[in-house]
Formats: sequence, structure tokens, C-alpha cells
Amino acid sequence: MTKTSAQSRTPQALIAAGIALLLAGSFWGLFKAPGEIFMGDVQRIMYVHVPTAWNAMLALTFAFVCAVAFLITNAWKWDNRLEAAMEMGVVLSLLLCMQGAIWAKPTWGIWWDWDPRLTTTAVMVFAFGGILALRNAVDDPVKRAVWSSVACIVAFADVPIVYFSVKWWNSLHQAQSTPATVSKAFHWPLRINAFGILFLWAGLVALRTRVAAFRLRGELAPPPPQAKAERDVSAPGGAP
Amino acid sequence: MTALLVTLRKDFLLQWRGRAQVVAIFAFGASALLLFSFAIGPDSLALQQHAAGFLWLGLLLASTLSLAESFECEMEEQALEGLLLLPASARALYYGKAIANWAQLALLGCALVPIMVVLYDAGTLRLLALFGVIVLGTAGLSAPGTLYAAMTSQIRGRQTLLPLLLFPLVVPVLLAAVKATSLLILGDPMGQVRPWATLLAAFAVIHWALGGLLFDRVVED
Repeated sequence: MTKTSAQSRTPQALIAAGIALLLAGSFWGLFKAPGEIFMGDVQRIMYVHVPTAWNAMLALTFAFVCAVAFLITNAWKWDNRLEAAMEMGVVLSLLLCMQGAIWAKPTWGIWWDWDPRLTTTAVMVFAFGGILALRNAVDDPVKRAVWSSVACIVAFADVPIVYFSVKWWNSLHQAQSTPATVSKAFHWPLRINAFGILFLWAGLVALRTRVAAFRLRGELAPPPPQAKAERDVSAPGGAP
Repeated sequence: MTALLVTLRKDFLLQWRGRAQVVAIFAFGASALLLFSFAIGPDSLALQQHAAGFLWLGLLLASTLSLAESFECEMEEQALEGLLLLPASARALYYGKAIANWAQLALLGCALVPIMVVLYDAGTLRLLALFGVIVLGTAGLSAPGTLYAAMTSQIRGRQTLLPLLLFPLVVPVLLAAVKATSLLILGDPMGQVRPWATLLAAFAVIHWALGGLLFDRVVED
């Protein structure tokens, strides 16, 4: 990593833009947009829920791209990005499940339902969360990078199978919301929030990538001679 | 191909030598089946309806033991590194191990069926179809299971990590296998067993291909 990229302020700018857009979009969605005929104000959670769903999928797809790129190029930057993107994907998926549950209780009367998308999201949280646990348990940076890339590819390939198997098994969720299925009055807050969340996670992932790169540099570097000297001094029998 | 046969012979020999362990894993699965019935209570109708789910949960829990065990012995005396020095591809090592694990799990599944029949009064006359479902389902368990066991056997916290990685991944296997087995036990007027078996086969094909593709990166040094 070059010094200029470590000092670049782009991630902070992205985060600021993301927060500003989210505030604007949420204000629009909460106060300006008309209420939905059947669900009333409960429906307004859609303005964060649907953008979160798009972005969770996008973050995990980016993680998959990073995993493939790492296995092909063996460049450390892809491993750093993989770690950041996978964490972001898990956080967004978890948020997605929670928002869904909050919306489902007043609408369907239940917190949870075994609908394909809901179940697939929950499975993704556990599958990718498991890979984060794997990363945490491996000390060797090379093995950690290769294994988590392999596991990420396998888990990502599994997502469509999980989706279709649960779909055959049970279904209740309404068709997913896209600009085509949603009334025009709802478009703008949805779009603004989608880009808000996109900018926010892109900025956070860029910062998290830097943290991963710093840690990796420490792991790959040989232990500094000074630290060794200090250990020798503080060892039993050494100088006080 | 010769390399695959040789590794397969090695893995079957390993399993034969460790047959006491296999019996212990079977006992674990059987005791799990016994315990599941206490969660439901002595309602024979409910037990019969859930029998397929219990069978596959028991098999899934037992599979983590048998999959972990299959790589445990490769870690002793750095046997895996020795194997990688041989003129056999990592892919042959993977398929040898995965086929041996598959055979063991399928055997375990078949051995648990009589326990299920006795405990839950959940039998079927379509034994060949049931055997097919068990074979396809365990194929789906063994391919990703072998891949992950190769990773987790080398690190601390392996007992937790293997199920943590494997369970979410094999949700489609569990779902399809339970559904198919359940249809076989409770009756299948709509002929729905076949699509579920196809799903199991598709899952197995995808994961056997992925495992072979990615395994050499997992064990490389």
C-alpha cells in the first residue's frame, strides 16, 4: 500500500456523502412520501429495508469477487478487501433480518417466516459469519487468506441453491420491490437511500481494508530486533 | 486414475483400522435419535411425522464427528505433508478422502434407518428409493464436509468450526433429504420424491466439482 492511498480522504468523503444521502432519503420517506394504502406508516421501513437488501447482496458479491481475484492473483490487497467486504455483508444481512422482523410483526403478525429470501438471508449470515470465525482462528496469514477465499466461493455458490430449495419448500413473502413493482411516489426516497447505504458501506469497507492491511503488514514483517532485546532483558535471570 | 484408486484404498484401509471409532459414531447417532423423541414426547403420531427430520439431524450431527476424524489421522506425524510429496495430485487425495467419507456416511445412514423404524414406527417399503435418497444426501454432506475438514483439522477450535462452516452450507441437503425421506415414509401421492432427489443430486454435483477445483489451494503450502 502506498502512502498516498493510506492518507487519501476518499473513504471519509464517501461516508459523509452516504450519511447525508441517508438522512435526506429517510426524511423524504418518513415525511414527504405518501403512506401506503393497506399498511400505512409501517410500510415506510421499506425505504431502508429494500436498499439494505440490495446492498447486502452487493457487498457479498463484492466479497466473492475479491475471493476469486485473490485465488487468481495472490495479491494481498484482495485479501484485505475480502475481509472488509465479508464483514460488511454479514452486518448488512443481519440488519436486513432485523428490519424484516420489525416489519413482519405488525404486517404478518409474526416475527419470522420461512420465506425463501428471509431464510436465505439468515443462512448467509451464518455461512459468512462462520467464515469470519474461521479467519479469526487461523494465525498463518497465507492459510487464512486462501482458506477464507475458498470458503467464500463455496458459500457464495451455495446461495442460489439455498434460495431455490427453500422456495420449493415454502413461500409467503411478497415479490421483491423494484422500481417496476413500486408506485412512482416511492421511487426517489428508495433510490436516494440505496445510494446512501452504498456510499456508506463503500467508505467503511475502504477504511476497514486499510486496517486489515496494517495488521497484515505487522504479521508479515519479521519481529523487530528491539522487541527481542526487550524480551531478553525482561526474561527471568536478566537485568532488572 | 491410478492415484485415485491408491488413495481410495488408503482411506478405506484407514477407516477399517479405525472401525471402533465408526461404531462409536453410530452409537452417537443412535443415541441422538433416542434423545430427539424426548423433545417431542411419547406421541407416536407426531414422532412418526418427524422421523425423517430426526434421522437426518442425527446423521448430520454424526457426520461432523466422522468428517473431523477422517482428517485427524492425516495430521499425526504430518502425514498430509508426506502425502503431498507423493506424485499424486491433491485432487486425487481429495476425491479419495471424499469418496471414503461418502461411503462411511451412507453406511451410517443405512444403519440408523432400523433405529428410526423401531423408535418412531416410521418404516417404508420403498427401501431402494430410501437407499437412493441416503446415498444422494450423504454425497452432498461429504463433498463440502471433506473440504472444510481439511481446513479445520489444522487449526485450534476445530470442534466448533467444522459444524459452524458446514451446517449453513448443507441447509439444502437437509431440507431436500428430509422432505424426500418424509414422503417415502408418510406416502407420496403426487410423486414428489423425484424432484427432491434431483435437487440433492444437483447439490452434490456442484459441490463435488467445486471441492475438486479448490482443494489443491487448501492444502498447498
